[in-house]
Amino acid sequence: MTGSVDLSFVLANAWLIPAIPFFSFLLVGLFIRPFSERLSGFIATGAVAVSAILAGILAWDYVSFFGRASDGYPAFVSWSAEWLRYQEGLVVNVGTLIDPISVMLLVVVTLVSTMVHLYSIGYMHGERGYGRYFAFLNFFTFSMLGLVLAPNILQMYVFWELVGASSFFLIGFYFERPSAVAASKKAFIVTRFADLGFLLGVLILAYFGQHFFTEVSAGAAEQPFDFLYLTRPEVLGKLASVGSGFFGVGLLTFAMVLVYMGAAGKSAMFPLHIWLPDAMEGPTPVSALIHAATMVVAGVYLVARMFPVFAATSGGLNVVAYVGAFTCLFAAVIGCVQDDIKRVLAFSTLSQLGYMMLALGIASLENPAGYTASMFHLFTHAFFKALLFLAAGAMIHAVHDNEIWKMGGLAKKMPFTHATFLIGALALAGIWPFAGFFSKDEILAAALHGGRYGIFAIGVVAAGLTAFYMSRIYLIAFWGNARTDKASHAHEAPLVMLVPLFVLALLSIVGGFIPLDKIVNISSVGVQQHGHAGIDFMVAIPSTVIALLGILAAWGLYAKQSDTASMLADGFSGLYMTVKRKFYIDEVYLFVTRKIIFPYIAQPIAWFDRHVVDGGVNLSGWSARICGFGLSFLQTGQVQTYGVWLAGGAAGIGILVVTMLLWS
Amino acid sequence: MSNLLVPGAFHWLVVSSLLFSIGVYGLLTRRNAVGVLMSVELSLNSAALNFVLLNRFFAPGKVDGAIMALFIVTVAAAEAVVGMAIFVALYRQRKSVDVNRMNMMSG
Repeated sequence: MTGSVDLSFVLANAWLIPAIPFFSFLLVGLFIRPFSERLSGFIATGAVAVSAILAGILAWDYVSFFGRASDGYPAFVSWSAEWLRYQEGLVVNVGTLIDPISVMLLVVVTLVSTMVHLYSIGYMHGERGYGRYFAFLNFFTFSMLGLVLAPNILQMYVFWELVGASSFFLIGFYFERPSAVAASKKAFIVTRFADLGFLLGVLILAYFGQHFFTEVSAGAAEQPFDFLYLTRPEVLGKLASVGSGFFGVGLLTFAMVLVYMGAAGKSAMFPLHIWLPDAMEGPTPVSALIHAATMVVAGVYLVARMFPVFAATSGGLNVVAYVGAFTCLFAAVIGCVQDDIKRVLAFSTLSQLGYMMLALGIASLENPAGYTASMFHLFTHAFFKALLFLAAGAMIHAVHDNEIWKMGGLAKKMPFTHATFLIGALALAGIWPFAGFFSKDEILAAALHGGRYGIFAIGVVAAGLTAFYMSRIYLIAFWGNARTDKASHAHEAPLVMLVPLFVLALLSIVGGFIPLDKIVNISSVGVQQHGHAGIDFMVAIPSTVIALLGILAAWGLYAKQSDTASMLADGFSGLYMTVKRKFYIDEVYLFVTRKIIFPYIAQPIAWFDRHVVDGGVNLSGWSARICGFGLSFLQTGQVQTYGVWLAGGAAGIGILVVTMLLWS
Repeated sequence: MSNLLVPGAFHWLVVSSLLFSIGVYGLLTRRNAVGVLMSVELSLNSAALNFVLLNRFFAPGKVDGAIMALFIVTVAAAEAVVGMAIFVALYRQRKSVDVNRMNMMSG
């Protein structure tokens, strides 16, 4: 595919897109930051903007170059170099995989990252560690782009860990605050724990992938770790026939469930979701970039990337669908009662990630509408959720508090923030003609036409809840009277923060009209699909009605500053507290770790380490010392004693040699 | 049996071995440093004797062994001179040449 055609410069050198932020990270982190904090912000933003321009050119080239081809948009490795050579037939390359979803995500990541960088120049102004912040933001952008472009599962794993590490650095940005430190540790440990599953899955896949490599005799350009190799139908057939591994579960299913565990950790699926709400301790632009628009969708991206492999398993996709559906509803319910604006948005992110996952889970190679819908939702969600977070950041900046009950009446004081937040909220709630309406409806339509009525029902209910909690925070924060002094003295954010809001708001309006489903479909991985066209009124009407119901309910409860809501909360206080405390999942984790894992597993292991392992080491040292002490008595200083040993030894060796000669 | 009565290589090797053993015994047991030095001379001479007799019995036409013996005699003389000089210096310092008391290198 690649050899015969001449690729444009950007397509052939796609590595430039992650490389520019990386070198900017080095430059800013090592050389600029110590001299000028201000300059480091500009350089970091400029570098990412250049990447965004290159990504835009790349997307344009890709679409215009392959758009005319009849066999759809191809997936190919445009650039690669040898990285690790284990043995013949087991080589890992580093490279850039170009296909519809990687091109789409390249554009999303660089665009949102540029907006967040620009916004941060205003938001982080005067903060301590301004230069460090931009260096890490650049580092994150580099890691995420490397992940998106990864042509093989090992490169993906490496960048997967790098985005985890940069997320850790940025959540713990305010490291003087104990809560930020705890949140960053929590995020790191939970995702690391999930990545253990990912690594095991990769190892199983790689073992069997390599095993079949010579039999399948893949093209010379492919290697056992490559996605293009793993998703080949004949490889999948062989992998699926490996047979049962554990408890009657097929080995491929087992491997993919383990890989999904990694994806669920990164995308914060239940029950590994606990780190994401706490990750809001980081600066708000970081939440917008990492914990809403880009890094958390890496799990969805991984499942999409390995979709044919998941489809080849028996039941692997059902796990994806049910976990996604449960998370979707579960997080939406919690989001309805949180008081911290960033936490509401975090639970909303969880819920939307659940949407994307369930859409992937209900897709199949024969009926891939869910796959396209999931990628579409990923695309639109990145813009409107980043917009909502950045607008929330502007409000927090003005009020100096995250609590929605400390805001109020902001609509008049911050007109631009108000308008953009409203656009984002309507897009999230799924109101025509905003972006979320189209992508959410595609997901629901895929569920309905796939015959998955239970999942369709969950999706519709979650859509109503989404509309409710977004209207709730919108009404409380922007309408009514100012509840605190600071809220009454709030003023509009500076222009450098407003420009990103305008750009993202524009994208949230027009994003739904981009014909992404013509480009992103599963034909790139083997099977042609029938295009889904237009609005499906079977789905659009119920989902819009329920969204309007959610908005009306929020209007009734919160539009006037009445105490109906608190009376309701008192009436169902048990239920209310359970939801408000996030169903006590954190407490369950604490109980399990403190009361079960620490005393019954960790303590015995610590004892074993201290007494048996350390004891063995100490014993060998002690015995060496005792031997040395005993032997020191042999050194008398008497030359004649030494002579006796010498003569005796020589005689002994002589006797030995003679005996052996005689015997042999 | 008659062979044993005619002096040959075997007999001379026995003499040489005895000489060497006596030298080693003296080297390890004498307390007087001069006695140790004399024992070393005995061992050296057994080696010289070996050279001569092996030359005589196994390569009769050559003189290499004899020359080596001459070298050994020369080296032994030089060694005796150096050794005695050290002992004289030692005696001046410590009023004794008892090797058992020379244990300053003990650990």
